[in-house]
Parts: sequence; structure tokens; C-alpha cells
Amino acid sequence: MSDHEYTPKSNFGKWFNDRLPLLTLANHLTDYPTPKNLNYWWTFGGILTFCLVTQIVTGLVLAMHYIAHADMAFDSVEHIMRDVNYGWLIRYIHANGASMFFLAVYIHIFRSLFYGSYKAPREIIWIIGIVIYLLMMAAAFMGYVLPWGQMSFWGATVITNLFSAIPLVGEGIVTWLWGGYSVDNPTLTRFFTLHYLIPFLILGLVILHIWALHVPGNNNPIGIDVKKPSKDTVPFHPYIVIKDAFALLMFMIVFAFFVFYTPNILGHADNYIEANPLVTPAHIVPEWYLLPFYAILRSVPDKLMGVIAMLSAIFILAALPWLDTSKIRSAVFRPLYRQFYWILVADVLILGYVGAMPAEGLYLLIARVATAYYFLHFLVILPILGFKERTLPVPLSITEPVLGGSSNLAAARDDSRLEKLK
Amino acid sequence: MKKFLKLFFYIFFLIPFLPQVYAAEKVEYLTTDWSFKGLFGKFDRSALQRGYHVYTEVCSSCHSMKYLSYRNLAQEGGPEFTEAEAKAIAASFEVTDGPNSDGEMFTRPGKLSDKFVMPYENVKAAQAANGGAYPPDMSVLVKARGGGVDYIYSLLQGYEDPPAGVTLDDGVYYNKYMYGNKIKMANQLSDGLIEYSDGTKATVEQMSKDVTTFLMWAAEPHLESRHKMGFKAIVYLIILTILVYFSMKRIWSRIETKV
Repeated sequence: MSDHEYTPKSNFGKWFNDRLPLLTLANHLTDYPTPKNLNYWWTFGGILTFCLVTQIVTGLVLAMHYIAHADMAFDSVEHIMRDVNYGWLIRYIHANGASMFFLAVYIHIFRSLFYGSYKAPREIIWIIGIVIYLLMMAAAFMGYVLPWGQMSFWGATVITNLFSAIPLVGEGIVTWLWGGYSVDNPTLTRFFTLHYLIPFLILGLVILHIWALHVPGNNNPIGIDVKKPSKDTVPFHPYIVIKDAFALLMFMIVFAFFVFYTPNILGHADNYIEANPLVTPAHIVPEWYLLPFYAILRSVPDKLMGVIAMLSAIFILAALPWLDTSKIRSAVFRPLYRQFYWILVADVLILGYVGAMPAEGLYLLIARVATAYYFLHFLVILPILGFKERTLPVPLSITEPVLGGSSNLAAARDDSRLEKLK
Repeated sequence: MKKFLKLFFYIFFLIPFLPQVYAAEKVEYLTTDWSFKGLFGKFDRSALQRGYHVYTEVCSSCHSMKYLSYRNLAQEGGPEFTEAEAKAIAASFEVTDGPNSDGEMFTRPGKLSDKFVMPYENVKAAQAANGGAYPPDMSVLVKARGGGVDYIYSLLQGYEDPPAGVTLDDGVYYNKYMYGNKIKMANQLSDGLIEYSDGTKATVEQMSKDVTTFLMWAAEPHLESRHKMGFKAIVYLIILTILVYFSMKRIWSRIETKV
């Protein structure tokens, strides 16, 4: 929080602010001291807020026209596409918006991984973030069920069936989730209800996420603690606002390109076939953003162990602040970690690719190796690396990125190196 | 900034590869110069009208199109028949309506507001008449098939004699573009099968192209306005981005840090 006490100028402002300090909050948000060396990878927080609001607003309009009934859902989506004014626009924004949301969240997460943003004192921000990510996956999965196409139906069947892996009570839980003995109308209506609820839960958590962020303040590319406010910081408004706006607009261009020119490229063609419980699609594939986890699930031969592996792959992230034993945050000063970081990025991309392929032969082998490496990275490499790695000297402040009098002085003043930090 | 631009270009660079990730089996489809592809893609009006002709003469005896109404035929961005023509087309179909005040169902000529008349009462009836296979509804067929328009275009021209060693059951045909190569729909198109009113020669290739264009419109009736709006939206965004970029430069010039 800002250090100085804020008092509104007008008498009404004072009167109001004494009763509800909204103006103090607004002042805190505009004055919020932000490290001035934040690079464009830091703009994705704002972009994600935009994505969430877009999904809520478009979703609200869609819900006015959509009918959550097994016999009418598919028809009502076509009604939206054909007869509702600009219904095609709203729906394509919402459908592609989910993909854009995940694109942004993956960049946001991998930014945290690179710059060590999850480390003390920011563990709570990170854990709230993981919960948001989990809720996003739940919301996206349920949203994909609503058009009641073939992939909706069979995706829902596959994913809900995972719960049957739980010993003893598994089958009962699945029946309870379905509201019957197969995915059917009761499943659809409850998925619709939850799909409507979850974004508001996410919104609440986003507020907590930002609140928790504003206590220690932003991490930054060199990962050092920054005194605030100081020469190292700039007020959030106008500096960060305008920069976020610029990055958001670039993002919106990509978004618009998908919506207007390739609106169905990220979806599966089978979802334009109405759900049919008697016909199973040749390949049941989830949306692209769930593919790495789908690959992990399928790489384990045992169903229960597969489910456990998939869930662990997500929950392991919550333990990351304690698995990474290095005191240095930013990968800029961790030459070894930097390499392992890029291997992890490649590993996740490979998992995503094999997740889209049939689970057989070479693909299955690759999926198994990549899954093993994923866990190896978090459970073995990271803890050991913290003790073994020889890190580079870390500067004391952003404006003077040097250790007084060290031989790095010249190197730190070198523009090319500074460029790297930005 | 540079890194950000790089990322931006990577995303654009990756877009064309996306569908290939989903396509598990790869088949080379035939293609043609589709008028509706690209940033300014529009439907070829006369191709849509001819395509509708092929659909009613050939496809519609088995395939329904339940999400389309006769009014759509006169809509902007579609085949754009005149309202009088669309009314005449609608009136040429018998529509079951009712019940009337006596509780009886009755038939009357179709109106613009009517949905396309279905060839069969229900799915079961359609299956019974087609050897167990259901001729899929064609409203969104183009979007419901992996290869899209190219797939439909190829399928219509993909009939050939089965290679040696492949035996076909009665009522099953060989098509090199069909998944598994076996299809229950017989070859429907032959040169000169129908007579186009605009004098275009009705070759198999021409009819395939026309009817596929028509199906594309049926699946995406707002494609033209989408392309038009998309171009405006993206130009607007680019201009705004440039303005915001210079504002950002101006604001950040107050401190020595570069953006």
C-alpha cells in the first residue's frame, strides 16, 4: 500500500471517503509504485483481466439466447449463429476468447517460472493463481460441453468417467455427477449452472490475486526487492497503464484475426455434429489448452494412477515456491536454471502435441518420456539446482544494476546487457 | 519490445499449422479457387444460386437442411434471390401445418418464414430409406468435417472403382476421400445431370464447386459481414495501436527508462 496518507480535495470527497474509502483505493491503484524495468511479459496480467471481462460480458449475452436442454442446446447455438443480431460475433468472441484466455495465462505462468515470481514473499499470489487456473480449466471444459456437439458429449463422458477411477465410491460419484446413468440432460443443466458460476468465483479470486500482489509489489526482470516508491519505481498510472494498453491492443489484433478470419480453427469439426450417444468419434480430443494434461493422463497405463499423475501435474505447481530452493529469483542470473527452463517449455509443448495424437506406438513412448521429465524437473532438478548452481552476481537496484566496484561494473553498464533485462 | 514483437509474429506464424495438429490422418484433398477465402472473401452470387439448384435437384431428396428458412435465400450475403423469387421457391414446397380449429393437420404452400422442408419425417425414416445410413443434415456439414469445403468438394468427385482386393457389400460404394473409403451414398453427379438456367455447363467439377459454395454459405450465412467487419476492426485496432504506441513513447520519455 502507498506509504502516504491520502485525503480527497473536495468536502464531499472527504465526507464520502471517511465512510467508504473508495477514493483511497482509487488513489492507491493509480499511485501504486511499479518497478520501472518491467518488460512486456508483465503486461499479460492486464490482458488476462480483459479476457475475463470479455468472457463474462459475451457469456451473459449468450446465456440470454442459449437453451440448456439436451434436445435444444445444439439448435439454440445455431439460432444464435444465424438469427440473433450479431450472435455469430458474440459466440465467436466467446469461443475464441477461451483460447485467447489460455494463451495469455500460459504466457503469464511461464513468465512467473522464468523470473521466479512465485518465490517468497509472493507464494500466496502464486497459489491463488494456480486455483484460478484450475477454475479456468473447469469453466472451459464445462463451456465446451454446452453446444452439445459430439466432442462436447464425448469429452464430458471421458472426463467425468475419470472419477470412476476412485476406489469403492468412484462409480457412485460418477452417477452423482451425471445426475443419471449417462451424460444426459441433467448433466448439461448442471454444467451450464456451474459454467455460469465459476467466472464470478474467478473474478473474486482475481481481486484477491491483485490484492496479494499489492502487498509486496511486483517482481521484476532482475528479481530483486525494490524499495517503493523510489527511483526504481514508476506510478502505475500513467506509465504502466499506457504500456498495458499498448500490449493489450497488440493482443486484440491477434484475437480479432481469430474471431473474424479463422473462428473455427481452434475447435474440433466434430463439435458441429449434434451429440449422439450411439456414435463415438474416431478420436476424442480435448481443447488444445488441456492437451498436455491429457497426454500425461494417457501416458500412465493404470486409470487411477493416470488420474493421479494428471492432477499431480497441476498441484505440483502449488508446491513450486518450496520445491525451488534457489534464493535467486530471476533466471537472468541463473545460467543453469535458464537452460532447464527452456527444456521444460519444450517438454510441455511436446506433451501438448502428443496429447492431440492417438495414444499408441511412438507417440505413447514420447508421452511417457515427456511426462517423466515433467515430474523430474519439479521434483529433482529444481530442488538440487538451488544448492548446486553457481549464480551470477545480482545487482542491488534497478537504476544501478551493479555490485559496487565489482568487475561486473563494465558489463552491467553495457547497453546490450541492459537490453536483456528489459 | 523486440521480444514482444517476435512473440506476436510467432503466433501468426503458427496459425496455419494448427489444423494439422488436429488432423490425425492426412489425406490430400482436391481444392479450387474458393471465392470466399481470404481477407476480402465473398460468395460468388451466381455460384450460390447454381449451388442451390444442385442442392434442390440432387441432394435434397435425402439430405435435410433444418436450420435454413426460405427467407434466407433472399438475405443479404446469400444467394440473394429476389424476394419474389424466394417466395416462388417457398411456394413450390408443400408444408404441413396445423392443427387447425378442427384439430386437423393440413398442407399448404410454403412461405418465406418456413424452414426448408425435410425429405424424411425423422431420422429413423431416413435410415430405413437409405440402407441404415443417415444422410447427415447439411446445414453445418462443411464445418462438421475435418477438411471443410475441400473435403466435400473432393468427396463428390472421389468415386472410383474399388482397387483389387476390396470387396464392397450391396449398397456400399468406393470413394477415395471418404474415411475408410466406404460410403453408402452412390455417386450422384454426372456431366449434364442438370441444366443451369444461366447457361453454365453442368460438369461434375462445376456442380461440385457450386454446391460446396452453397453449403459453405449455409453453414456460415454471415461470412461476408464477418469478413467486412473484421477488416474494419483490425484496421481500427492497428491505427489505435500506433497512436497508443506514440503516446506511450511520449509518456515514458519523462523518465530515462526505455520501453
